[in-house]
Amino acid sequence: MDIVIENMTKTYGRQKAVDNISLQVKTGEVLGFLGPNGAGKTTTMKAITSFLIPDSGKIFIGNISVNDNPQEAKKNIGYLPENNPLYEDMPVIDYLQFCAGIEGVAKDKINDKVREVIQTCGITREKHKKISELSKGYKQRVGLAQALIHDPEVLILDEPTTGLDPNQIVEIRELIKKIGKEKTVILSSHILAEVEATCDRIMIINKGKIVADGTAEELRGQAQGSEMLKVTIEDGSLDEIFKGLQLLNTVELVDFADKSTQTFQVKSKPGQSSRREVFNLCVKNGWTLTQLTFVETRLEDIFRELTLEN
Amino acid sequence: MKEIWIITKRELQAYFDSLMAYILLILFLGFSGFFTWIYGSDIFFVKQANLQVFFNIAYWTLFFFIPALTMRLLSEENRSGTIELLLTKPISEWQVIVAKFLAALLLIVAALFLTLPYYITVSSLGNIDNGAVFSGYLALILVSGMYIAIGLFTSSVTNNQIVAYLLALSIGIFFQIIFQMLSTNLTGILGGITDYLSINSHFDSMTRGVIDSRDLVYFFSVMLLGLVFSESMLMKKRSV
Ligand SMILES: Nc1ncnc2c1ncn2[C@@H]1O[C@H](COP(=O)(O)OP(=O)(O)OP(=O)(O)O)[C@@H](O)[C@H]1O
Ligand SMILES: [Mg+2]
Repeated sequence: MDIVIENMTKTYGRQKAVDNISLQVKTGEVLGFLGPNGAGKTTTMKAITSFLIPDSGKIFIGNISVNDNPQEAKKNIGYLPENNPLYEDMPVIDYLQFCAGIEGVAKDKINDKVREVIQTCGITREKHKKISELSKGYKQRVGLAQALIHDPEVLILDEPTTGLDPNQIVEIRELIKKIGKEKTVILSSHILAEVEATCDRIMIINKGKIVADGTAEELRGQAQGSEMLKVTIEDGSLDEIFKGLQLLNTVELVDFADKSTQTFQVKSKPGQSSRREVFNLCVKNGWTLTQLTFVETRLEDIFRELTLEN
Repeated sequence: MKEIWIITKRELQAYFDSLMAYILLILFLGFSGFFTWIYGSDIFFVKQANLQVFFNIAYWTLFFFIPALTMRLLSEENRSGTIELLLTKPISEWQVIVAKFLAALLLIVAALFLTLPYYITVSSLGNIDNGAVFSGYLALILVSGMYIAIGLFTSSVTNNQIVAYLLALSIGIFFQIIFQMLSTNLTGILGGITDYLSINSHFDSMTRGVIDSRDLVYFFSVMLLGLVFSESMLMKKRSV
């Protein structure tokens, strides 16, 4: 089931939390929401799950309008809210049975289903404990189990891996990827590597607007206007090498990366490459070039570039 | 309907797990028993086999107890954020409200059921008007329903249980005392309106065995209003 948002706007008081967003996520796609604090990720997710009613715009789950038919739309959604609210006074297993019940899982299937998600989310040993007695990570797993209990077509996960240990993070990522093959998933995260590893598509939101949308590769391509090199040059004085590099006519900017090893960051002018020039410079001066590598634009840099205030 | 029952069951379970249910049952039976049989002790002197005394005691006990039963119902969901969990499941606000209303009402009905020994004892003292007993119990249930609906509403407007309790009590005082006081001082239409709004006249006639549709309409209207207001408070949270 596709998720479609058309021109959604949501204002809190005077502040626009989401500003005229439109997007579509297809079945079999995992979309990662990135964005600084307060960008509007959670607000968007709450609107998709019909918990928040937007000021304007339309949201569809498959062909079902969330606004006109929320009950039908909600049947297809598994949702892990931001700070993972749970009925703390209930034992894990009772809680999951309760959730299965209101999600409409058939009575004779409830026990099987509960057993299944308990296993998938790795909470077998904790299942008889009261939720309030669980550690943060285990609570997070219960929240995830609850979202999966009715095999939803659409999964909305707001920061699903917060509080999980590294092993579990990997397991949950694998799980999301597996689910994402047949289902439609939107997740938000502040861990860029995680989004890159889990999601087919990344969407960066800033101040309620979509500022980037595409695969990790596409985003890199867009941001990578100019070539960035890392070079290490020996057998010459630091200052001379620095000046030499700076004077090359393809070079825009030179920076020290590590003075002790004589390593520099060389940024070329847009659309130009400095690799030959650097090599020839070394030959001319009798310096030894021991490293020349591309610096790939990291997702972090793209993120900072798109979301940082000037 | 099935969803409502699932939520009701969870709420009942929570009442028993938190000992709230036991405390309520014991205090209710204790209070009403003490005042009915020992303190007033007029039940043996009125030389009439009826439960009038008990009904009046229960009427006041419920007035104080019910807000304690309802104060948590929505305020806690709002405070902890679990309301988001509940309302993003395929259920409506109305179902949530009705389910919680039923949970509290069922607990009260259970408490009233446990006072059946009073009835048995009294009926052994002489001829008892079974019709009056029936309509008296019915009146207690209706009064309870009314206060539960009010308590549910006050629980929906705040995240703080104590505030919800006090607010419910303050609204309750109008129906329990203030409207009646006003009606004795006012004349004409205002006097009539305040008299109709006061619980007393409705409750009294029912405990005497008269079931009038005017009284039923009264109780059900306040109940419905309380529930509808609670529902709209839940809805309002979603379009802040
Ligand atoms: N209930 C609310 N009342 C008023 N303003 C709100 C409310 N909820 C969110 N906001 C505001 O809306 C904006 C978007 O918030 P949102 O929670 O969607 O951000 P987010 O992208 O999820 O951030 P984070 O990464 O911190 O979770 C923020 O500026 C926030 O202050
Ligand atoms: Mg958020």
